[in-house]
Amino acid sequence: MIAVAGARKTYPTGRQALAPVDLNVEPGEFVTLLGPSGCGKTTLLNLMAGLVEPSAGDLRWWGETFAATGVAGRRLAMVFQSPALMPWARIDANVRLPLDLAGVPRTESTRNVQAALELVGLADAAAHYPRELSGGMQMRASLARALVTAPDLLLMDEPFGALDEFTRHRLDGELLALWGARRLTIVFVTHSIGEAVFLSTRVVVMAAQPGRIVATVPIDQSHPRTAAFRVEPAFAEHCRHLSQLVADAALGGAS
Amino acid sequence: MNLDDARSAGRSRFIAPLVVALLVVAGWQGLVVAYDVPAYLVPSPLVVARTLVADRVLLFDSLLVTLGVALTALGVAIVLGGLVALLFVRSRWIEMSLFPYAILLQVTPIVAIAPLIIIWVKDTRTALVLCAVVVAIFPIISNTTLGLRSADAGLLDLFRMYHATRWQTLLRLRVPSALPYFFGGVRIASGLALIGAVVAEFVAGTGGQGAGLAYQILLAGIQLNIPRLFAALLLITLSGVALFSLTVWTSRLVLAHWHESELTSLD
Repeated sequence: MIAVAGARKTYPTGRQALAPVDLNVEPGEFVTLLGPSGCGKTTLLNLMAGLVEPSAGDLRWWGETFAATGVAGRRLAMVFQSPALMPWARIDANVRLPLDLAGVPRTESTRNVQAALELVGLADAAAHYPRELSGGMQMRASLARALVTAPDLLLMDEPFGALDEFTRHRLDGELLALWGARRLTIVFVTHSIGEAVFLSTRVVVMAAQPGRIVATVPIDQSHPRTAAFRVEPAFAEHCRHLSQLVADAALGGAS
Repeated sequence: MNLDDARSAGRSRFIAPLVVALLVVAGWQGLVVAYDVPAYLVPSPLVVARTLVADRVLLFDSLLVTLGVALTALGVAIVLGGLVALLFVRSRWIEMSLFPYAILLQVTPIVAIAPLIIIWVKDTRTALVLCAVVVAIFPIISNTTLGLRSADAGLLDLFRMYHATRWQTLLRLRVPSALPYFFGGVRIASGLALIGAVVAEFVAGTGGQGAGLAYQILLAGIQLNIPRLFAALLLITLSGVALFSLTVWTSRLVLAHWHESELTSLD
């Protein structure tokens, strides 16, 4: 559904953010881009979101260019590191934004907004302003806004990175449940190995200088996964394996 | 801060400056009486107040003229300044070409160009308004331009990803983001519009039917009618404060529910 073929990104300063990268994401996958700071994982995600143009190489969304996205069957959505909510608009208006931009009639959008808010457990906060919510609740609102268009591909850039660990674990669990229930396709950026193992069907390990993919590791644990998965030996084994890969890549890049 | 503290802080915000005013006025009255200063040098507050009542028809007619010019100028500056800012944000090229001239407008003393404007523009009132606009427009242009450019980067990305049109991005994102900056500009412009109107009147020196407060001051000075001069001055000052309060109040009305600048001042 999204194909990255030899995409490379070099900034005008000459810094190579991303060496040529190939990546295909298939429907129903939960792909995590894992790596240290500066490994180009956010750049790769921004390429997929159409926010950054590749310096060379090619990206295809359902076999088409980015301009062809945004219609039924080819909808993208993104959740950023920050909630990026409009402070002047109530939560329901924030969640409605993608529908408003697409010109969806009010009666229809109101129904979808309501459903999206219920999905993330924010039905009671619809009339509040973002500043009145906690960081975790703002992130939920951001997620509701991403889900309101029923996206075919959901891109998430360290969405829970700024939250405390308890909140993050809870939101990870809820996200995974949503992914299963709504048959979402998600590409998720993180620098937390545990988070990558817990969530993914496939972990793409990246390394820095230049940003590149060093390994692709399937996580074969069956779904649904619960918090109990975090304490299973298989979980620890996956974490150990990924840590090793990340450490090896760091050594390899330094030499 | 608990509620009682907040309430008393809100009260002292009005009471403290009022006490200062009372002390100054009382001291002024006391000194004038004690040293037997003649009214044509420094009139006592009581004399000023009496003059204000005695000359009320003349002074209030003039006040309306000056306020009318200042308010019209503020309105024109808001509309024109807002449009120029939109134009600047639309194109870096336009901004680069024109912004130096906006600065030129700001740094040229109004007293120096007011005579020209008054010569060139036939209708005096229009000329006065134009002078006041020249003085008041810059903070609106510069603040609004800054505000329109200060939209959250994440939100800009979001709009782009959802294929938002330029119009949608402007109306739904850039304009609301610019509002706090815009109101900051209007706050400064409100005082400048009044100053511009007064200075222009001084230069124009129009008397008769449409005489403004500046003309009354000019005339009172020539006639050594110092109490009337003080009374007119008091009215100008008060209308400046009123104009400023009006902009503060409007800004609070619009921004109170979301912007940090107004959140802390709610009490």
